[in-house]
Amino acid sequence: MKLLTLNFLTCAVKTCKTSASSFPLHPRDSELEIVEAEINVQFLQNILPRLMWEELGGLVNELGLPSLPPTAPLPSALVESKLQAPESDTTGLNIEKLEVPSQVARDLHRVLLETCIMSGGLVCGNCGHEYKVLEGVANFLLPAHLV
Amino acid sequence: MSRPEDNLPPDLFYNDTESHKYTTSSRIQKIQSSMTYRALSLLHLTSPSLILDIGCGSGLSGEILSNSASEGTPGGPHIWIGFDISSSMLGIAIEKEVEGDLMLADAGQGVPFRPGTFDAAISISAIQWLCNAETSEESAAGRLSRFFNGLYASLRRGARAVCQFYPKNEQQKTMVSSAAVRAGFGAGLLEDDPGTKNAKTYLVLTVGGGDLDG
Ligand SMILES: [Zn+2]
Repeated sequence: MKLLTLNFLTCAVKTCKTSASSFPLHPRDSELEIVEAEINVQFLQNILPRLMWEELGGLVNELGLPSLPPTAPLPSALVESKLQAPESDTTGLNIEKLEVPSQVARDLHRVLLETCIMSGGLVCGNCGHEYKVLEGVANFLLPAHLV
Repeated sequence: MSRPEDNLPPDLFYNDTESHKYTTSSRIQKIQSSMTYRALSLLHLTSPSLILDIGCGSGLSGEILSNSASEGTPGGPHIWIGFDISSSMLGIAIEKEVEGDLMLADAGQGVPFRPGTFDAAISISAIQWLCNAETSEESAAGRLSRFFNGLYASLRRGARAVCQFYPKNEQQKTMVSSAAVRAGFGAGLLEDDPGTKNAKTYLVLTVGGGDLDG
C-alpha cells in the first residue's frame, strides 16, 4: 500500500465515521519497500491540494523516514525549467526551455507513490481496530457487528 | 445459465480456480476491456486523476487506467486504488504487478476514505453482487445504501462514477439506481445493445447535482 493511499484511508468501523481520530490510521510493525514507478507530475499537481500535509509528515515520522518540510510545496514548485537543445537538433544551437520535474516533485513522488507498506498493520486511533497488511494488500473486511 | 451471484457470495465463488478461469478467458478479457473504455468515455477525464475501482478483481480495468493518453486512456495515466472482496482475484493482480493499490474490502460495508478523496470511480461487472445479502443480519438495501453513501462522500464535488453491472431484472435495476439517488447522486441508466444478449447497463453517477451530458 502506497503512502498516498494512507493519506486518504480512514477506519471503516461504523462508530468511527464521526470521530476525527479515525484518520489517519497508524502503521504498526510495517515492512516497507520501494516500488519504482514513473513520475507523473500532472497527477502530483492535481493531488497536492487534497493531501493532509501534517498527517503525511506524521506518518513519515512514525515510519522512521526522513522528515518532510513543515508546509506543502506549491504546485508550481513541482516543475522547473531547463535550457537544452531538443534531441532532434544536431547543431545544439536551438536551445529551448523545457519543463521538467523538480527535485521537490521527485521527493514527493518517492514518498507518496513509491514507498509502500508491504506488511504489518494499520491501527485506528479511535477504536484501536487493526487492519492487517499482507503482500501490500490491506484487509478491510469487517465482522458484521462493526459495520 | 445460472448467475454466479445467485449461488455463492463472491469471496467463495471466486476461489482460485474460478479466478483463474475468469482472468484467462480471452473473451471475458475483451468484454471487460471494452466496457472499461466505455466507462472511461463516460467519465470525461482530461488529466491524470485519482480513481477508485470498485470490485477491481484481477486488475483488468486497472491496467487500462494506468495507461497513458497516447495508449488510449483518456486523461491517463491515472493512479487508482482498487478494492475487491475476493482474495484469489487480488492474488492474480499481485502476480501481474498491477500499478494500483489493492485492498481486500466489501463494497457493501462502505467506502473507507475521507471526504472528497477521488476524482472519479469506476466499477465493472461488480455491483450486482451488492443485491445479495449473505446473512440474515444484513439486507441488500443496507448493503446498497452503505456503498452509495460511502462512495458519494469519498468523491470530490463535480466528480463522476460509472458502474457497469448486470441487473437480474428491471426491479433490481430500479433498486440499485434509486439507492444511488437516495445517497445524493444524480443518476442515469444507460444501456448499450438493449434487448440483446449483449445488453450492458451503465449507471452514470454525478456528485453535486450536475446535469448529465453524456
Ligand atoms: Zn476505528
